Amino acid sequence: MTKLLSVRLVAILVGLGFAVAVLWAFVVGAYNAATEEAAGHVPYEKPMDLAWSFDGPFGKWDHAQLQRGLKVYDEVCSACHSLKFVAFRDLEQIGYDEGQVKAYAASKQVPGIDPVTGEATTRPGLPTDYFPSPYPNNVAAASANNNAIPPDLSLMTKARGDGTNYVASLLMGYAPPSEELLAEHPEAAPGPGLHHNPYFPNLNLAMAAPLTTAGQVTYDDGTEATVEQMSKDVAAFLTWTAEPTMVKRKQTGWPVLIFLLFATVLAYMSKKQIWAAVKPKK
Amino acid sequence: MSFPWARQYEPSNGFTKFLDERLPLPRLVYNAIGAGYPVPRNLSYFWNFGVLAGFFLVVQIVTGVVLAMHYAANAQVAFATTEHIMRDVNWGWLMRYAHANGASFFFIVVYLHIFRGLFYSSYKAPREMIWLLGVVIFLLMMATAFMGYVLPWGQMSFWGAKVITGLFGAIPLVGEPIQVWLLGGFAPDNAALNRFFSLHFLLPFVIAGVVILHIWALHIPGSSNPTGVEVKTESDTVPFHPYYTAKDGFGLGIALLLYFAMVFFLPNALGHPDNYIEANPLSTPAHIVPEWYFWPFYAILRAFTVDFFFVPAKLMGVIAMFASILLWFFLPWLDKSPVRSGHYRPMFRKFFWFGLIPAMIVLFICGGAPAEEPFVMLSQIATAYYFLHFLVILPIISSVEKPEPLPYSITEAVLGSDKKVVKGENTSPAV
Repeated sequence: MTKLLSVRLVAILVGLGFAVAVLWAFVVGAYNAATEEAAGHVPYEKPMDLAWSFDGPFGKWDHAQLQRGLKVYDEVCSACHSLKFVAFRDLEQIGYDEGQVKAYAASKQVPGIDPVTGEATTRPGLPTDYFPSPYPNNVAAASANNNAIPPDLSLMTKARGDGTNYVASLLMGYAPPSEELLAEHPEAAPGPGLHHNPYFPNLNLAMAAPLTTAGQVTYDDGTEATVEQMSKDVAAFLTWTAEPTMVKRKQTGWPVLIFLLFATVLAYMSKKQIWAAVKPKK
Repeated sequence: MSFPWARQYEPSNGFTKFLDERLPLPRLVYNAIGAGYPVPRNLSYFWNFGVLAGFFLVVQIVTGVVLAMHYAANAQVAFATTEHIMRDVNWGWLMRYAHANGASFFFIVVYLHIFRGLFYSSYKAPREMIWLLGVVIFLLMMATAFMGYVLPWGQMSFWGAKVITGLFGAIPLVGEPIQVWLLGGFAPDNAALNRFFSLHFLLPFVIAGVVILHIWALHIPGSSNPTGVEVKTESDTVPFHPYYTAKDGFGLGIALLLYFAMVFFLPNALGHPDNYIEANPLSTPAHIVPEWYFWPFYAILRAFTVDFFFVPAKLMGVIAMFASILLWFFLPWLDKSPVRSGHYRPMFRKFFWFGLIPAMIVLFICGGAPAEEPFVMLSQIATAYYFLHFLVILPIISSVEKPEPLPYSITEAVLGSDKKVVKGENTSPAV
């Protein structure tokens, strides 16, 4: 008994020790908070809440939109951004046939080896090849872009919170900082080589507005290529590149949940029946 | 062991007779989760989570073994093989999402299981060993989950590994060599990734082994129950099968519905977007946060912001974080109240619902929030309460509290205080 008492006595002392240490940190922190000015955050905008065909549990890809988005990536983004986890063969999933994929792949030059000399060279792409990177390596990418390496876009919409809305909002959002913002946060002014965008977490980014004028891309399906349209289309396309299996995932989910619901109802009824004999009568 | 009225296994045909004399595996199962295991008849759905935890352990092992067939633990390609699984492996996306969300659900059910154990004092005699083994399982789970999160080699994987192994760097004198030894280098790289993969594959089987001990230890005294009153007679119990197989089956259905709703419709909701960015040692994420199930303990780690006499703040935080879990090992000897169930302990109940639970919620929120005010100060108050609750309040209230009257028996608790009924039930012949 005395031994057990001592266990609790030690525990009480240890517990008080931890509490005093952390409350001491609290007091110091409270003092600092009261005497020092907290570093304010520069306010940035949450992404716009846009509507997407693939939203929600019944969402589906809009192949026409994905194809338009591919065109925007192909003609604008791909100048600086790679798409390294996407293969040309994957494009069959967004409505192209085998011949179109072959032709598209062949229109791209990918790194290869000269079959005679063995020297590094380039060759036309095959459906099994992946989208080639615009730069041979990160040093070249940094050197061409004022030291900011353009990130790979394959997973971009999954690598940002609310990614699809974020990408679309960012592309549409380029604008000089407002007077009020500058008055309150002078540090929000873009530095040299930076561009202001209220949707970017620190408000200024190295990428200049890539989509600036309507008609920058000519859509094959006759859709009017406004900046908004192009931004949304490429954001949709990048949602597909980030998770090509998304729609299949949602479509698989329904039969699974319906089956489980049925099984759970049966399990509930058998539980009821089995327990009926031993439950108290009311 | 068992209660004297436990049903005995009877091999029903030639083959089971043959087997029973040579390898009595069916007998083992019969006595473990079959009709041969008498269980209190009054268990609530809170007693469902042990079975669910076992289920999610199996889910993790099965999906994990499949993932390991397609994954390569090499810093050059780990991120790409993860994407290969997501894009090119048949049903690979399902395996990976089932595994990632399976970890979360494993922790959810284990936290509810621990919560049950804390409220109903399931750790008290004669069940101390079950509790101690449970804490061991929880520690192994944390280690396994941490190493698993490193494997996709995203930004949070890398920086999480750096922060967590950095904790060992806080140990005076030997800390830094230990950190280098753990990582196999000065920063997480191939050596660390490889050993984490190896251990991440090994530890679940160690967990399975300790789970067997946990269940073995459970079958010595049998399950506790919401009244905390021990089983007295046969009328207090029902056989595990079919009663609790049916009840747990329904609970499992509910758990699977929630789990697959997450897997198929919100698979990334519990993850961090930064982990879809490949690990980059040169770019530190704005906020390094672990997975949600570590948040309360991460908040305790970060609550110690000021040196305490000669103990540096970081070391203090590391000690407190480990102590916050290790102190669970002492609970059976800290809480000496003879009454188990929180339903009959007025003081304990108040501190539990209005002290511990709010403190845990605050720690959870602060652990996931950036290290800035007001989160730091809130986490400091909650951390202080956490330690005071287990180490000071619990020992004191267990000696000063006046428990409310307990029911005479489980049967009485279920059937009401009708003495005739109770008597009649209690005198049923023990087999």
